[in-house]
Amino acid sequence: MRHRARLALFSAGALALAVLLGWGVLGLPRFGHTHDTVGDVITAAVTGERHVSETVGAITFDYRGIDTMGEELILFVAVAAVAIVLRDEHEEPLDEGAGRTSLQTSETIRFIGLALLPCVVLLGLYIVSHGHVSPGGGFQGGVILASGALLLFLAGDFRTFHRTVSEPVGDPAEAVGMGGYLVIGLAGLAFGAAFLDNVLPFGSSGDIASGGVIPLLNLTVGLEVGAGIVLITIEYLETIVRVRQREVVP
Amino acid sequence: MSVLPYFVAAWLVLVGLYGIATSRNLIHLIACLSVVQSGTYVVLLAIGFRVGGTAPVFSDVAPGTPTVDPIVAALTLTDVVVGATVTALLLAIAVQTHKRTGTLDPDELRELAG
Amino acid sequence: MDAVLPLTIAVPVATAAVLAALGHFLRRAVADAIAVAAAAATTVLCAIVLHRSTTHQVVHWFGAWQPRRGVAVGVDFAAGPLAAGLALLAAALTTAALVFAARYFDAVRTLHHAVVLVFGAAMIGFALSGDLFDIFVFFELMSVAAYGLTAYKSEERGALQGALNFAVVNSVGAFLVLFGIALLYGRTGTLNLDQLGRALESHGSDGLVVVAMALVVGGFFVKAAIVPFHFWLADAHAVAPTPVCILFSGVMVELGIYAGARVYWTVFSGAIPPGAALRAVLIGAGVLTALIGAVLCVAQHHLKRMLALSTISHSGIALIGVGQLGATGLAGAGVYVLGHGLVKGALFACTGVLLHRLGAVDTHHLHGRAKRLRFIAVVWFAGGLALAGLPPFATYLGKGLIDEGSRELHATWLAVVVVAAAGATGLAVLRAGAQVFFGWGPVAEDATSEAQDGDEEQETRGSPGRTPVVMAGVAATLLAGALALGLAPHLAHGADRAAHRFVDRRASAAEVLDGAPATPPPATSPAPSPSPSMVVYGVAGAAFAVAGAALAIGRTRLPRSLRNGATRIGAPPLRALRAVHTGHVGDYVAWLVAGVALLGGLLAVAARPL
Repeated sequence: MRHRARLALFSAGALALAVLLGWGVLGLPRFGHTHDTVGDVITAAVTGERHVSETVGAITFDYRGIDTMGEELILFVAVAAVAIVLRDEHEEPLDEGAGRTSLQTSETIRFIGLALLPCVVLLGLYIVSHGHVSPGGGFQGGVILASGALLLFLAGDFRTFHRTVSEPVGDPAEAVGMGGYLVIGLAGLAFGAAFLDNVLPFGSSGDIASGGVIPLLNLTVGLEVGAGIVLITIEYLETIVRVRQREVVP
Repeated sequence: MSVLPYFVAAWLVLVGLYGIATSRNLIHLIACLSVVQSGTYVVLLAIGFRVGGTAPVFSDVAPGTPTVDPIVAALTLTDVVVGATVTALLLAIAVQTHKRTGTLDPDELRELAG
Repeated sequence: MDAVLPLTIAVPVATAAVLAALGHFLRRAVADAIAVAAAAATTVLCAIVLHRSTTHQVVHWFGAWQPRRGVAVGVDFAAGPLAAGLALLAAALTTAALVFAARYFDAVRTLHHAVVLVFGAAMIGFALSGDLFDIFVFFELMSVAAYGLTAYKSEERGALQGALNFAVVNSVGAFLVLFGIALLYGRTGTLNLDQLGRALESHGSDGLVVVAMALVVGGFFVKAAIVPFHFWLADAHAVAPTPVCILFSGVMVELGIYAGARVYWTVFSGAIPPGAALRAVLIGAGVLTALIGAVLCVAQHHLKRMLALSTISHSGIALIGVGQLGATGLAGAGVYVLGHGLVKGALFACTGVLLHRLGAVDTHHLHGRAKRLRFIAVVWFAGGLALAGLPPFATYLGKGLIDEGSRELHATWLAVVVVAAAGATGLAVLRAGAQVFFGWGPVAEDATSEAQDGDEEQETRGSPGRTPVVMAGVAATLLAGALALGLAPHLAHGADRAAHRFVDRRASAAEVLDGAPATPPPATSPAPSPSPSMVVYGVAGAAFAVAGAALAIGRTRLPRSLRNGATRIGAPPLRALRAVHTGHVGDYVAWLVAGVALLGGLLAVAARPL
């Protein structure tokens, strides 16, 4: 369709959609004054029932744990899909040196990166393990851990990065994270009343060992998300290195 | 204004859709998809907000204090993860498209006409 | 609580995780066997769920969060027979696709199996879930797996563009669904389907409810490829590997219709009761989709695209059944979807064989070359007749029930439309079969040709000299399944009872939220047994397909004046219609926005409290 025709069609539709969306949101309660919701029911009960102080974490991993499993699966599938899309049919050996020549790092970056790396990793582990006590959790912490791995790439070079965090390590890590969530869910089915039933003792609120299986689920998700994002990054970086490789060696 | 956040959310969705419909670059298009998505974040979080409510974290606040709705925060978290993964996949497709065709302009991708 | 229900998704997902972890170390045959075994096990589990669902809603509250005083706190799976039947179809087709894929996907093999298993699990979860946001999560999971599988042939530009169009359009649809979910949560404070229905019933319909329905149902209709959201489907099918097409056309698209029906009946039917205006909107969309899909299908000579366009048409027929807003039509749509899924799977399997043996899927390049593939020819022609609605295939039964529903509404013209659309798709299949398997018909193509020409790259490995047993076996088994289903005693009766329970919002909510025992279904009139008119319509459809195919094949024998006249009348609108299908993602999104806006406007008018 020519640009003008498409714009006309879109404008007409968007105008009508704008009116509709406006009409729809006008039916919502005034901002800040939503009525009683399921969220309120849960907030009132969460510290008593699960001995957990972070309500969002309790919802993500307990009350609505199956949604989180679906979310984890989406990441899992996306990693596989990116690997499928970016795979190189020719299977040339990856010349990791090509990464070095094209992506020079200065000494400053190297120093700062390596100095920051342990801090980032520590922060990531803290966020993952305290997801049920203070804001955070498996997803957020996992992303931080993955960015730590990326720091390794920025500070070093592709060769170091690839050797340390390569696929034979990342794939099982991700699968263990995914499988761990499932195993815990099935344990709930076997030892409790339902899939993802919280069957461990709840401890006392504010401790790390509270909330039953919630901290364990946080750990599995953190592992899966961290590994998954690193795998996606590896795929992208490999693509770039292969492109550069072909440029360098005509 | 008590409906402004909702209008902002609707505006984000519409502007993002405009970007997608008129885009001349795949990366730009994928970014506009993220804009559409952030419209959904805004509407979810705006619905959950309570005047005078604090974060639903009871480590330093006594249980029973008014808080905002935690469910929408969990929904938004899921939404963010979903969006990030879809973006990653779409970007991979864009990278591969550029590798195979040398262009990122949707107008020039004419493999599927008719 | 039912323990089998969560296993239907846990088993395939666990297997996928295992395959991904051990992928590097497993031999190909072992990985194949594990994947097929998991899918088969899942099929058995779904059959168990279906069996249990005939007596009561099968419910499982995850995390053991039972409802408190009728308020749902956790997430549930809540399945009636229709939902369970669709889940079973998804599992069965996943097994078929994995078996069929024995020759495919040499690269990234275990990854492919893992993604297909998760795709199957997502479809099952989508069908069985009773929580609106959970449905959205499974919807996105299903979609991401589909995007990845579509882009498998990443060396081909067409595959990448098809995957991109698919991904962008469906993602926009999903975000619109999410916006609608947000509106509903803001109004009612819950995400559980049954609870939403109760909450909305007391409020009645207003702007928010209408807009939420337009967004949610519209978003699901994007997946169902209802016009004008349908553009992505032909693109995706044309480029995806064949086993993946089996899943897309067989069940993924139909799940969009199912979700629209489920959300309407369970959530919105209290606030927006079934009425003539609403019927008109839904049936109108269905008719438009059925006819456009049929016309484009007939004009197509790329086999996979042709089958994809016929899926659009059949999706429209299913929407006509659902849009009648009655139990008979709904039952018909359910049976039709089951039958169509099996038949379409068989037809795609046949194209896979053609591609493997002859290296092409375009009738122009295949003309007369498949004379030796007699077994596949039989399956192909039988499939074409089944699409047209020949008794006693399940498609005939489903269509017949939909036509019965049309008669109940005194809209016999609707039955004619359905027969014509289905007949036209059957016509296209039969004509292609005659060209490919017998070499009949003119070799030179006529004026309407489309850009996607050229042989497809060989998808498979292994010698093209023989038809692999698994491929032919899958094709035959799926078609036999459609036949067996059509002959199954009491299927129509069972579907009718299932539909009555599906639309009974209050009874379902009582069972799910209050734990009330299942109420026996209301004493319905005697089961719609095959009435004479049903048989007439079925045979008429098949006859139309055969006659039309013969006409198309033998058109060189017609008087020239007649041919010129037909071309002069038919070609310009066809050209205009095909010109709209540009393959450009910006166009598709523009149509999507316009379509959702139109749907919203029509619903606003239709749902006006009288």
